[in-house]
Order: sequence, then C-alpha cells, then structure tokens
Amino acid sequence: MNEPSTQPAVTSSRPVRKRYPDWGFFLLLGLIGGSYVLLVVVMLAADLFYTEPSYFFESLSRPEIKYAVKLTLVSCTIAAILSLWVATPLGYLLSRFRFPGRWLVDTLIDIPVVLPPLVLGLSLLILFHIEIGGWQLERWLRDDVGIPVTYRIPAVILAQFSVAAAFAIRTMRVTFDQINPRAEDVARTLGCSRSQAFLQIALPQSSRGMMAAFTIAWARSLGEFGPILVFAGATRMRTEVLSTTVFLELSIGNLEASVAISLVMVAMAMLVLIVLRMLGTEMRS
Amino acid sequence: MIELQNVGISMGDFSLSGISFRIEAGQYAVLMGRTGRGKTTILEAVCGLRHVRSGRILLSDYDVTDLPPGERGIGYVPQDLALFPTLTVAEHLAFALRIRKYPQKLVDERVGEMAELLSITALLQRRILGLSGGESQRVALGRALSFHPPVLLLDEPLSALDETTRGEMYDLLRRIRERTGVTTLHVTHSNEEAKALGDRVLRLEDGKIL
Repeated sequence: MNEPSTQPAVTSSRPVRKRYPDWGFFLLLGLIGGSYVLLVVVMLAADLFYTEPSYFFESLSRPEIKYAVKLTLVSCTIAAILSLWVATPLGYLLSRFRFPGRWLVDTLIDIPVVLPPLVLGLSLLILFHIEIGGWQLERWLRDDVGIPVTYRIPAVILAQFSVAAAFAIRTMRVTFDQINPRAEDVARTLGCSRSQAFLQIALPQSSRGMMAAFTIAWARSLGEFGPILVFAGATRMRTEVLSTTVFLELSIGNLEASVAISLVMVAMAMLVLIVLRMLGTEMRS
Repeated sequence: MIELQNVGISMGDFSLSGISFRIEAGQYAVLMGRTGRGKTTILEAVCGLRHVRSGRILLSDYDVTDLPPGERGIGYVPQDLALFPTLTVAEHLAFALRIRKYPQKLVDERVGEMAELLSITALLQRRILGLSGGESQRVALGRALSFHPPVLLLDEPLSALDETTRGEMYDLLRRIRERTGVTTLHVTHSNEEAKALGDRVLRLEDGKIL
C-alpha cells in the first residue's frame, strides 16, 4: 500500500514450487504405519496356522484350563475395578491440586511401570513376609483376618492390581487434565462444596476416561505374568491364570497347547475391548 | 452492594494490591482495563475462587473474605462460560436450586420463569453441545441468576458474540436488571459495552482502580 507503483514480488498465479500429489504423502504414512499393523496380523496368523482347531477345543475342555479361564476373568475384573477405585481420586488430586510432595507421588506412581515385573513380585513377597518386631503381614492376614494371601487367589489379584493401577492412574489424570476446571469453579459459586463439584460435574464428564482406564487396567492384568509367578505361584486349579498356563504348557514342551491358550487370550482380550468400546459409545449417545 | 477494601492478590509473578471500590446495591458497574491487567483475577477474588492476600471483601455489608464461594451468594458467568457438558439446559437452570434442596415444584417454576425471561424455553431439553454463542450465553446467565443472587459478576460476556446477538444481549441484560435489581459487576474492554450498559465505569490501570 505504501508503494502502489511497484509490482508485488510474488503473484498469486505463480506457484512457489512444483506441487507433489498428496497421494504420495498418504502412501508414505500408510507404509510406515502399516508395517506395525502387518506385524501384529502376521503374528496372529502364524499362531493360527501353527495350531489346529482340535488343539484349541481339546485345551479348552481340560478342567484346569477351564479353571484358569474363570480365574483370569474374575481376577482381571476385580483388579481393574480396584485400579479404577484408586485411580479416580488420585488422578483428580494430581490433575487439580498443587500439594507438598506432589512430584514425589507423581514419580512413585511410575515405579510399578518401569520396575521389572519379577522384582515387583519379589517386593510383594518380601512385604508380606518381612518380620517387624515379631509381627508379619501375611501371618496377621492369615491367622487374625482369615485371608491368606501369598500363593493364593488374593495374591494373583494384588499382583495384577499393583501394575494395572499405575496405568489406570495415568489415564485418569490425563482425563481430568482435559476437563475444564472452570466448570467445577462455577459449580462451587452456585453452592457446591468441592466434593459436590467433583461428584456432580467432574465425575460425569470423566465417564469415557473411566472406561478407558478400566479397559487398560483389565488388559494389563490379563498380560501380567512375572509378579504372579513369584507372589502367587503357578499351582494348577489354584492360582493358575491363562498367562501362567502358557508358561506351564511351554515348560513341559506342549507348544501346541500354549499356542492354543495364547489364542484364547487374544480372543478374550478382543471381546472385552469390543464390549467396553460398545458400552463407551452407548454412554456417549 | 460490592465493596473491596484495600484488597491484595498474588498469583505467581503477578500481583495486585490496594484495590478498593464500592458498588452500591442495584448499580451496574463496568470494570475496564487492558487484557492481562487482572480484571478476571479481581472477579475471581470476589467469587472466592482466588485467595486474597490482604484486605477485605464485603457483599451487602457482610464480610465474605473468608467464606467459601458457595456461601457468598454470587451469580458468576466466566468468560468461557464453563457450561456443564453432561447436563441439559433445564438442568443448568435447576442446578443451584437442587444443591439448595428446593422442592421439585419450586424448581420447575423457577426454571420456567428463567427460561421465559431469557427466551430459551424451546431449548430446555437440549444438551449444551451445539448451542449457538448467544444461546450458550443465555444459559450461563440463567444458571447464574437462578437462585436469586444479590450480586452478578460477568467476565467479558459479550466479547465472542456477533453484532446482532450483542444487541439482543444488551436488551436482555437491561431487562434482567429491571426485573431482578441485581448488583452487577461487568468486566469488559469495550467502550461501547460500557456506554450501553454501565451506570458507572471503573478503570483498572497500573494495578490501581481509577
């Protein structure tokens, strides 16, 4: 506008440089991303080709496998519920408030994620059996409370929970980070206490996040193996879950059965993921 | 009546001190000042959402400095409105009354009355997703006024609206004032809004109210 007589240096009719078609870009994205999808698909396909339907049904008909399927479903669900129970308040606290020692809590939560699974199981075992002035947690729970833990079902659930909760807490924290805290502030000006604002405004908005946290906790519990082996053992018809079944079958050289059980786990995981996703979609609508 | 006596507020590196003003009952005051000078911070302090380092805040001659937000009797409309995504329009208007455990009949009556005043009767069963800017603004106003607060705080309520909607909102805010007599503190940086609505203008400059 200052120099109306001069020509603009770049006119709109002249392309800056040669345009490349967009399909090249999408092809590249597809190739790079697709390589991972392909890896998952061929792994599953290899499992499927290796085993035969007869192995599959024969494995599923064995009573100890039936027991393991049942225990897996029950223990994973309880561990996921417990994880969500802990993750919701902790995620909210970490997301909304600055308190002394917050960074320490934040770091401690990640320890079960980065710790080698066997070490976690070992730590649980030591915690329950360490003698403190003649008192022992395991003995107290067994004799006074009436719930023996180590090498029993509660140990399976506790081992699953200790890792799954960390993932659920992360998920819930991100969930609350993404919910506008102003809405809770306004609710407080309207007469809500902090707890009412949490229960009536923040919590209903977090339902999708809770579903995601539950799903991720359930899936982590399903895959948990190391801590269960150390803390709960792998006793048939007692503490055997599907991840330990795969190990037990493998250790006695029964590769066909371990592959068949692996596929059962894949099918269970997919079924749970699909059901939870459908529930999530229904809740949204 | 809203009165701030020598109020000091700190938040991180930013601080305000010696903020004093008094808005008489039923007055419509406009607080002006450039962006980032602490207008919203003052509103939040009056609401009880921000801690006050020094001084006193009085509403209707009652010292509320240490009261929680819910006990101050303030209708607050923040700049981003912060509507509740999981509630319907009717539930927004009923929210403060339900918290106060009003009987259902009174709640229904009040919701109908507010919806009529704000011309949102047709929207009552809708959720807030998909409401227009003007409609959302009305819902936020209705939610803030539903429990007959003596004080209304508006944080840049009209900045995101188009010309026509803004004109409608001027009329609505005047009508609300006539009908309710609520003492209003309206934050804006628009001279036009100040002229159209305010009985008096407070200016926040260099951390002081002029």
